[in-house]
Amino acid sequence: MAADGTPLLELEGISKRFGPVQALDRVDFAVSAGEVVGLVGDNGAGKSTLVKAIAGINPPDDGAVRFEGREVRISRPQDATELGIATVYQDLALCDNLDVVSNLFLGREQVSAGPGQVSRQLDEVKMEHETADLLSNLAVTIPSLRSEVGTLSGGQRQQVAVARSLLGDPKVVMLDEPTAALGVPQTKQVLELIRRLRERNLGVVVISHNLADVFAIADRVFVLRLGRAAGEFRAEEATEEQVVAAITGVGDGRDKGERAGEEERA
Amino acid sequence: MSATGAATADEGTEGRSTTGQALRRLVQGDLSSVRVVLGLIVIAIIFQVQEERFLSAQNLTNLMLQITTIGLISVGIVYVLLLGEIDLSVGAVSGLSAAVMAVLSVNHGWNAYLAIAAAVAVGAGIGFLQGSLFSRFVVPSFVVTLAGLLAWEGALLQVLGKTGSLNINDPKITGLANTFYSDTVGWIFAAAIIAAYGAVLVLGYRKRVSAGLADGGPLPLVVRFVFLSALVIAAVAILNSDRGVPLAVMILLGFVVGMEYVAKRTTFGRHVFAVGGNAEAARRAGIRVNAVRVAVFTISGSMAAIGGVMAASRLFAVNQNSGGNELLLLAIAGPVIAGTSLFGGRGSVWTALLGALVIGSISNGMDLLSLSSAVKLMVTGGVLLLAVLVDAVARQQRQTSGRV
Ligand SMILES: Nc1ncnc2c1ncn2[C@@H]1O[C@H](COP(=O)(O)OP(=O)(O)O)[C@@H](O)[C@H]1O
Ligand SMILES: [Mg+2]
Repeated sequence: MAADGTPLLELEGISKRFGPVQALDRVDFAVSAGEVVGLVGDNGAGKSTLVKAIAGINPPDDGAVRFEGREVRISRPQDATELGIATVYQDLALCDNLDVVSNLFLGREQVSAGPGQVSRQLDEVKMEHETADLLSNLAVTIPSLRSEVGTLSGGQRQQVAVARSLLGDPKVVMLDEPTAALGVPQTKQVLELIRRLRERNLGVVVISHNLADVFAIADRVFVLRLGRAAGEFRAEEATEEQVVAAITGVGDGRDKGERAGEEERA
Repeated sequence: MSATGAATADEGTEGRSTTGQALRRLVQGDLSSVRVVLGLIVIAIIFQVQEERFLSAQNLTNLMLQITTIGLISVGIVYVLLLGEIDLSVGAVSGLSAAVMAVLSVNHGWNAYLAIAAAVAVGAGIGFLQGSLFSRFVVPSFVVTLAGLLAWEGALLQVLGKTGSLNINDPKITGLANTFYSDTVGWIFAAAIIAAYGAVLVLGYRKRVSAGLADGGPLPLVVRFVFLSALVIAAVAILNSDRGVPLAVMILLGFVVGMEYVAKRTTFGRHVFAVGGNAEAARRAGIRVNAVRVAVFTISGSMAAIGGVMAASRLFAVNQNSGGNELLLLAIAGPVIAGTSLFGGRGSVWTALLGALVIGSISNGMDLLSLSSAVKLMVTGGVLLLAVLVDAVARQQRQTSGRV
């Protein structure tokens, strides 16, 4: 999708180990502007770990990260945010005791311009206004922007989390299982929202268990298996069977060989 | 907007039926301050029936002076509770800080304000140290501050030396708890408070209207304004008919209002609530969680020191019991009784004042009735237990209704 050929975000040889578990093993990964990459794999394949490595939550042990062609270090969540990488986590990472507006602006609260530091206070009106604008742009309806997020339904919470990721005008948005907790109409809406992100020329990474969802929106499908890259497909050229084969590691000779190797290792 | 119609149809009842919602919130604890005010009224009636001096202007003035120290310490405790943590050292810190002030003022002839500043610096430094140990080494805060409780109590004895007590004679220090304003000044305070509150309400409402966010009209604001104005006028009238508005009350009110402002209207305060609600979410939002924690414990230590200074001023002395006895537990119990959750993320600085009033009234009333300390301790313990149970039940109800 990228016109100039340079990916927006590029990872090379990313590894991450949790004690005995090699969660990521020398993974190369890239996403370009205006491209939706579906990140798929079995439970425990390392999808969330890869996203958290890019987001600065769990910095990788090893490997290089390039953003817009420059080598960067992402060791804290702020590093990712400053680069323009936003993440919607599987567990949503919302504060249930705060209202919708506060959650949306958490960590980047707007303050009213005052003559001194002391006279500055949270500009609740501005934040609420912008929240209302953003949510209506995204066609998201929440009963009251001042209701605590803990009182919302799963679908509404997901929508709040997605909306929140867009506030900082990111260049890359990563969504971890954005549709897992949603019913059919809300899933359609989130997929529609993801297409809109692509139209805005953002790079989008979507983790999903649901291959139908992935094929509906992704330009490219990237498969992880047991922490390793296990295949990469152009969505329009691949079939679900091929992707499933890569996920499970059955089907072709190369995968069988790899599996044998892993059994030895285990 | 219509696309989510199906999703919201079954959820749309939330936020609509305001009366039902208000009732439910009253039960579930969001309106716990109303509950506490009702409790205060009940307490007042009980004691007034048995001892008519209870609601006399003189006794109410005494009550306000009695709660100053607990209220000030509780202001810091509220912040710690909002994090979902606890600070067991505040009593000892208040005693030690006051002792430092007394030694500097009495033995070394320091200027009163410098001595007070040194006391606050001691409290802030201790809070900073404890907060840093807690967040850096991920030790439970109650352990760090329990160690602090013992250590700072030892330090208090050390600082006081052999005599074990110091009388304070600098009028600038003793004046803090023993100054009363004239009737005129009292009414000027009342007018200023009412005018400031009205201005805040009007400006806030105008801003919301001009941003197109007006919700429900100005009636709730008018009700709040009338209620607060009546309260302020009644309070000043009562205080004036005795010795006048005490400086101590203005100090306590100033800290409550100022720290409530910090909690509810500043970025820092928002981050305190966020860390107390979901520390991991706060961290991922880029909030420096450990810095927030250290700052909160620094506030707690500072407020303890300020409370200690006021206690010393009222007593004209610091001794080995300063900051001891049940001060610590009452300072923690107050905000919890008044609705600040022990589980973090919910509460307000007003609960420091309301809670101190509840605890102070009970203890003052029992003193008037000349009940033994055995009875006093058991009753206060019972009230604290009741408050904690109400907090826990409110939390359980939030969880079963999907709110964590
Ligand atoms: N914080 C962690 N501590 C220990 N092990 C972890 C941690 N996070 C992930 N893992 C392990 O790493 C592997 C990959 O996990 P994850 O990335 O969550 O998989 P996926 O999202 O693809 O289901 C799993 O074996 C998981 O148990
Ligand atoms: Mg996962």
